[in-house]
Amino acid sequence: MIRLAGVSRTFTSRDGDVEALRDVALEIAESQFVAVVGRSGCGKSTLLRLIAGLLAPTGGAVTIDGAPVSRPRPDVVLMHQLPALLPWRTALGNVMLPVEIRRLPRAEYRARAADLLDAVGLTGFHQRHPYELSGGMQQRVALCRALIQRPRVLLMDEPFSALDALTREELATQLQAMHMSAPATTVFVTHSIPEAVLLADRVVVLSSRPGQVRRVVDVHLPRPRSFGHNAYTAQAAECAAELHELL
Amino acid sequence: MPPVLGVAGTVAVWWGGTRVFGIRPLFLPAPPDIVAAFRAQPGYLLREAGATLTVTVAGFALAVVAGLLVAVTLTAWRTMERAALPVLVGLNSVPKVAVSPLLVVWLGFGSRPKIVLVLLICVFPIVVATMAGLTSTPAELGELGRSLSATGWQTYVKLRLPWALPQVFTGLKVAVSLAVIGAVVAEISQPGDGLGAVIVLSGMSFDTPLAFAAIALLALLSTTLFYLVVALERLLVPWSRAISG
Ligand SMILES: Nc1ncnc2c1ncn2[C@@H]1O[C@H](COP(=O)(O)OP(=O)(O)O)[C@@H](O)[C@H]1O
Ligand SMILES: [Mg+2]
Repeated sequence: MIRLAGVSRTFTSRDGDVEALRDVALEIAESQFVAVVGRSGCGKSTLLRLIAGLLAPTGGAVTIDGAPVSRPRPDVVLMHQLPALLPWRTALGNVMLPVEIRRLPRAEYRARAADLLDAVGLTGFHQRHPYELSGGMQQRVALCRALIQRPRVLLMDEPFSALDALTREELATQLQAMHMSAPATTVFVTHSIPEAVLLADRVVVLSSRPGQVRRVVDVHLPRPRSFGHNAYTAQAAECAAELHELL
Repeated sequence: MPPVLGVAGTVAVWWGGTRVFGIRPLFLPAPPDIVAAFRAQPGYLLREAGATLTVTVAGFALAVVAGLLVAVTLTAWRTMERAALPVLVGLNSVPKVAVSPLLVVWLGFGSRPKIVLVLLICVFPIVVATMAGLTSTPAELGELGRSLSATGWQTYVKLRLPWALPQVFTGLKVAVSLAVIGAVVAEISQPGDGLGAVIVLSGMSFDTPLAFAAIALLALLSTTLFYLVVALERLLVPWSRAISG
């Protein structure tokens, strides 16, 4: 349903042009979980912002369900590395922000917001302000805020990279559970190969400067997957090794 | 406790100094002289303090309303901001004391020219702080609003304005101190009542303890108003201290 056809993006600045992406072709099916890996500066964020409609391609076209993306769509949500929470709102209030801005029925979504917060382990913290929460908890709130409007497309830009290793694994495992119960088409940018192997149906490897698709690796491991030891450790390791090779 | 100790210590050093060096009350009265000056005519001093308080609060309140309106208007249109800023800076560089007599010419005697002088003195920091706050919305919040297709009004009310509040209060704290100064300057330079007038009169009759009593009342007034603004800040912007560390 998401289709990138020959997409390029060049930034023009005073010191000359920067070609962030060149001729990227990619098709992502409904409910698929795609991870994007690549060195920093290879255009991963640019790719997400193009799909989010926050940026226009300088070449080629991005379409969702056949419709060109020219501005942010209500069914597409972008989540950043930084939680970007509003410090004056409680956790619940932050999750409700999209509901208020999009003028959706508040009462109904309030219950959903509370359920989401409970689902990511924030029971008892609904009325806390961001400064009373740890970095991991803040990012969980941001995840709930992204999910509140039941997006069909979830774009995640290194969402866990500012967190410690244990919290990352925990959040990635939660994300997998949420994706299995209510799958949204997800494009997940990460630096972590284990994270990509845990979460993704397909892993897109981008080359550096300009960003081009070097390879798309399919991950054929049954779900639910885990970071720990299970019957598929060998297969997972093989997949991780292949990705390592490509980076 | 430390604030109380600080004040008490300062008064003690001052008192001790006047004793040890045998300074005459005409030059520097000791704390008891000042208390005596106050107790000689408490009604008069409190009435004048009330007049100063009224002028200060009225001018400050007008400055808050005017300052917020100007800042919001200027930041709503970028070209407007760029056009108006030099004019504002120019106006602010005029020493306000210099226009005090003109205000009397325009507005007559009484409290009106004094209130306007207070307004002129303390409106600028409010405008500047509010504008700084309104234009400092972090990029990621701007993008959040954009990706939610928030309207201009929604972005303003739900993101930019609350984000600006801590900085607005920084401006208000500067302004409230300036407001008291403005009121006294007005009372000294324009005939009439208020603690500024008391200081002028006591100077003419060499009644230094009375002048000090008026000054002490001013300090009390200024401090009280400042902490009222701080209390309001804690009430309305509790996250401000938390995020600034
Ligand atoms: N708004 C912009 N203006 C100019 N150059 C940009 C802009 N955004 C990104 N770039 C450049 O495009 C390249 C890719 O950036 P980005 O997509 O952020 O990479 P990644 O997310 O993979 O680290 C970088 O070289 C970066 O400097
Ligand atoms: Mg990036």
